[in-house]
Amino acid sequence: MLQLADVHTYYGNIRALRGVSLSVERGEIVTLIGANGAGKTTTLKTILGTVRPRRGTVTFDGRRVDTLGTDRIVRLGIAQSPEGRRIFPRMSVLENLELGAFARPDRDGITADLERVFTLFPRLRERVAQKGGTLSGGEQQMLAIGRALMARPALLLLDEPSMGLSPILVETIFRIVQDINRQGTTILLVEQNARMALRVAHRGYVIQTGRIVLHDAAGELLRSDLVRKTYLGEK
Amino acid sequence: MNWWEVLVQQTINGLTRGAVFALIALGYTMVYGIIELINFAHGDVFMLGLFVSLAWFSLLGVTRTLTGWQLVTLLPLVFLLTMLTTAALNVAIDRLAYRPLRRSPRLAPLITAIGVSFMLENLALLWKGPAPIAYPDVFPSVDILREWFGVDSAIFLTTKDVLVVVATIPLMIGLTYFVRRTRWGKAMRATAQDRETAQAMGIDVERTILVTFLVGGALAGAAGLIQGMYYNIGMWWMGYQAGLRAFTAAVLGGIGSMGGAALGGLVIGFLSAWSDQYISARWTNAIVFSILILVLVFRPRGLLGEPTSDKA
Repeated sequence: MLQLADVHTYYGNIRALRGVSLSVERGEIVTLIGANGAGKTTTLKTILGTVRPRRGTVTFDGRRVDTLGTDRIVRLGIAQSPEGRRIFPRMSVLENLELGAFARPDRDGITADLERVFTLFPRLRERVAQKGGTLSGGEQQMLAIGRALMARPALLLLDEPSMGLSPILVETIFRIVQDINRQGTTILLVEQNARMALRVAHRGYVIQTGRIVLHDAAGELLRSDLVRKTYLGEK
Repeated sequence: MNWWEVLVQQTINGLTRGAVFALIALGYTMVYGIIELINFAHGDVFMLGLFVSLAWFSLLGVTRTLTGWQLVTLLPLVFLLTMLTTAALNVAIDRLAYRPLRRSPRLAPLITAIGVSFMLENLALLWKGPAPIAYPDVFPSVDILREWFGVDSAIFLTTKDVLVVVATIPLMIGLTYFVRRTRWGKAMRATAQDRETAQAMGIDVERTILVTFLVGGALAGAAGLIQGMYYNIGMWWMGYQAGLRAFTAAVLGGIGSMGGAALGGLVIGFLSAWSDQYISARWTNAIVFSILILVLVFRPRGLLGEPTSDKA
């Protein structure tokens, strides 16, 4: 469904990605784990076209997308819950969700999906008229994920959905990620919380300083020495 | 005239001036909200709105005061044509002058805007010559209190004053509806709040910017037409003065805030009318800018502006 082939992305002269290749198949949860600054968010930004790769290709559903504008890529069926949530602060919860559905061609499905988001996140229903900027961090995270779901994407990119959340909320969010996946959405999950990410994912990639250094089934990665030492803090 | 009649009279003057400032200020604030550019050429789009509306009246054969059915057919038609023309002009300015500089440092489009302002003024100068042009008295002027109500008052309230308010209110309501409820209105607000995330929602940011210039240009055109019908005179340099006042209104209200631009326009209208009367017209600019400075010292975000920290 999604392929990155030898992708090099730069910020000015700084090499952020040094030849990243990865693939996500339909129906999977794939996780990309790595330390701060390893290139996780840059990978997502490159997929979405926010930054352009200097070398390499990004293919979605057999179509090259690395030359398209972000809004066009989104229209092909990729949605993102971005790092730092990026809620529209002066718009209501409902308006934020509606904007998630901005690019959808089918107007009819929107009401049903709004209901689906409210069922996944009852808190959002209670806060529906409140301005996005006044929500708590956890509520904003729910809104960011809900907003991405409103696009009814074929592929959902999640950037650090656990960041800044209480352990209980993290559990909830990851359970919902699995629910969403079972309902038919393919997911690429970027996380620093490697243990949680590998527990829900089917496969995983480990990224270090802009390179994929390890790639395996999630269960295998949980048992691998590198992951246990570097990302799970085990001896 | 006794003291309260003077006050009422100047308040009426302030309201009509303020309505025009508000319409222009909205164009400044919308464009600033979306691409963070102070569009110095905007006042001149208003000036050309006056010139263009005059051309439309001429083309339609209107040289005298409109009567009866003409007021409900020809006048709305000229509003529409003028607004379409200035909307197209404003979009053309953006495409030709600002869009190529979208990724440049902010100073580049700013200087360009000043250049565009000069170009538009000289365009008007070439078109109509240096002398002030007479704008025909197309809208009937009736002394409402005396002729309709038989009240013998020193206050002079005419149908033209009413026109300004009656024309401005539906424009404001329409704009509010557009921005709050419609798809492109929401795209505009989203882009103004967070451009990158707006793009990630599938919003075509360039098209949203185009819509913004379209709406801002249309409002400036309406303001130019209203100004022409009200004062019956037009000058190629009038955009500079009006633009400066309207820009002040936008900053006073909180740049980027539409409600703020409307409120700021009215406040500047009232202040300048009262200052003309009670202090001296020569001091009006000084008064207006002093108020602006005071507001910005004690409330830097302006009357209705959002605190700047919420983008983080």
